[in-house]
Amino acid sequence: MTHSLPVSGSLRNRLVVILIGGAAILAFLLFFAVRNYATQVAQQGQDNILGASVASILDAATIRDGEVEIDIPYASFSMLSTPFDDRVFYAIYQDDTFLSGYPELAVADRADRFQTVTFRGEAVRMITAERILIGIDQRTRIRVALAQTQDALSGTLEQISRNAAILGGGFFALAALLSYWATSTTIGQLQRLTDSVTKRGPQDLSPFKKPVPAEMAPLVTSLNSLMGRLDQSLSQSEDFIAEAAHRVRTPLATVRSYAEATLQRVDKKENRQAMRSMVRAIDESSRAAGQLLDHAMITFRADHLEREEIDLVDLVHDLVLRLTPIAEMKDLELRLQSDAPVAYAGDPILIQNAVRNLIDNALKYAPNESAVDIVVTAAPNVQIKVCDSGPGFPSEEVDTLTTRFKRGRNAEGTIGSGLGLTIAIDVAKAHGGDLVLSNRKEGGACAALLLSS
Amino acid sequence: MRSIIAFILIVLPQLILAQEWEDQQLFNADAPAQPLRIISSTDTSLFAPIIADFVAQNADISVEYLVTGTADIDQIFRANPEAFDLVISSAMDLQLKLANDGLAQRLPDVTHPSWAQWRQSLFAFTSEPAAIVINRQAFAGQAIPRTRQELIEAMRAAPETFRGRVGTYDIRQSGLGYLFATQDARASETYWRLMEVLGALDVRLYCCSGDMIDDLASGDIVVAYNVLGSYATARVESRDRLEIVLPSDFPTTMMRTAMVSIEAPQPSPATAFIRHLIALQSRTDTDVFQLPPLNTQSNDIERATIALEPALMTFLDTLKRRRFLAEWENAVIQK
Repeated sequence: MTHSLPVSGSLRNRLVVILIGGAAILAFLLFFAVRNYATQVAQQGQDNILGASVASILDAATIRDGEVEIDIPYASFSMLSTPFDDRVFYAIYQDDTFLSGYPELAVADRADRFQTVTFRGEAVRMITAERILIGIDQRTRIRVALAQTQDALSGTLEQISRNAAILGGGFFALAALLSYWATSTTIGQLQRLTDSVTKRGPQDLSPFKKPVPAEMAPLVTSLNSLMGRLDQSLSQSEDFIAEAAHRVRTPLATVRSYAEATLQRVDKKENRQAMRSMVRAIDESSRAAGQLLDHAMITFRADHLEREEIDLVDLVHDLVLRLTPIAEMKDLELRLQSDAPVAYAGDPILIQNAVRNLIDNALKYAPNESAVDIVVTAAPNVQIKVCDSGPGFPSEEVDTLTTRFKRGRNAEGTIGSGLGLTIAIDVAKAHGGDLVLSNRKEGGACAALLLSS
Repeated sequence: MRSIIAFILIVLPQLILAQEWEDQQLFNADAPAQPLRIISSTDTSLFAPIIADFVAQNADISVEYLVTGTADIDQIFRANPEAFDLVISSAMDLQLKLANDGLAQRLPDVTHPSWAQWRQSLFAFTSEPAAIVINRQAFAGQAIPRTRQELIEAMRAAPETFRGRVGTYDIRQSGLGYLFATQDARASETYWRLMEVLGALDVRLYCCSGDMIDDLASGDIVVAYNVLGSYATARVESRDRLEIVLPSDFPTTMMRTAMVSIEAPQPSPATAFIRHLIALQSRTDTDVFQLPPLNTQSNDIERATIALEPALMTFLDTLKRRRFLAEWENAVIQK
């Protein structure tokens, strides 16, 4: 009965892709932002030290006897020590004359500026600073260029990049977990609704009353209204069938009594034969009408099941007594087997109706001068089993018979037996049980009405 | 024919570098390959066992060991870095500047503690304190001075005993002497007072530790200031006339360093030699290594070792050096 619906995309996948994709983009942004910021900070750190160092060198410049002396403090280069042992280069100029250091290291034109230049094949960070010295009768400009390789900086950056990558990765993993959880929770609401729709019995068309998230409320409201209309239209058609059956039964009874009366008066053999067929057909129709009525009644009672304490043996015994005259007309014997009273809480009218339909079926298929066995047991299950010695169920259908006759499908096959089994199934289901069909080894069919407490 | 070519290959560089060496020795001369050229300031007598041990393990390598002063090493090597495989010197500042100027190869695979190497290119393998070496006879009947201050007082008390009989490095010639002097001057003003006292006593100036200890041993001088303890120890074992004093007021300890030339003709045997040196200095089960090994004890505060850092270049600055030498000459050479 499951129709495969055309599926287009998946909400879960879409959510997961959006959330995880977003997290990945954010993680990348985070990684680059952290690394960028760290680069700036690390570069700032190196620049600060270079600045302090060059300031201390300039500070040591003096004019003595008209000659420039620069007594570079030991700390000026000491503070440039790094864990990666970066190389240090410097050059000191007086005005435009080279004084000491590395002559190839050209000072920048503008002082107090940091540059990254290539010196001796390596990228170095360089600062140029200057100071005006004023002597007794002279004024001179001292310029110092100080450069340092960037091994420690790149080492630090590598480490920071690694940490930033771990941070970004961790963020991504966390976000992915979170998005998986969020998706599951969201989809879970839909799943829960699906479950509660699936779990419902075939008769249950009552509206959903459990609270649902606001976004799902319109869907559930529509579903409820659809089911309300369905319920209404179903009960309308059941009412209609019951009404029609009822309307047909009374005229049928009239027609039957006329046919009986006519049969008494007809002498010609073929005419009597025709009249008898007519009476049989009328009986069949009236039985079908009765079953339709029963079915309508059972559908109603099953929907509003009211349980009362009854003794099943007692109930079946009454039924057997009532049906015995009909059985005797076919020279059949009804044998009831039961040991002790079987107490059960159920609807007596429904159970009686189901068992009567089962016995009716048995009487219909049992050969003349045989017996129909009715067994009522309490253990292991509460069950009422009716067996005949007729031809039995068609073997290929014995497993599917109980599922075949469902609402709307009972128009197929013989109307009588079909409805009878349907009634029995509905009663069993209403009591939380089932109808089990089987064939006896020695021949004949068995129908067991299982009831659960 | 082949041997002639080999001969030319070996001799030619030596002809080009017509250099006067203090000492020059070829180890494992039978080895077929071109020799590993080591330029060093360490006396051959101290280094020969180490090289012998190395060639014993590497039979196919021959080693040419060339000795000259620390300042000369700097000049000769800077002029021809492609002529040498290894540079070994006690002048840490000159060595560090060579490495800073990119004349040393980086050997990332050599593992050595960070305080004992610089930039994976300069590797320290000894810890040698600067010592005051004293001829005991000059101090007969009085206490041997233990600090610079005590030495100053002893010399002031008897100037005639010491006049012309005290020696120290000529820091204008010796790289190591200059390193010790600058580090002393950094540490304390006592250094300048001592220099003034030495100057007043007509101090004799030496280029190298070896010569100073020779004169001490012969009795020409009675006090030598800032001599390498390791050289003195080598003599003290045979002559108990000398007393080695490690001044307790502030010690100055140097680390001898080795590096592979950036243009080394044979970089891989040179690297192997550095590894050999490093491994050998920490071994205690052999007397091949006669130099004091690296200080691994934590009493470094007491025996302050000069750190391998860019600050060593400070006193090599032209202006700074000019100024320092002027002050030194002013104190020592009193006219």
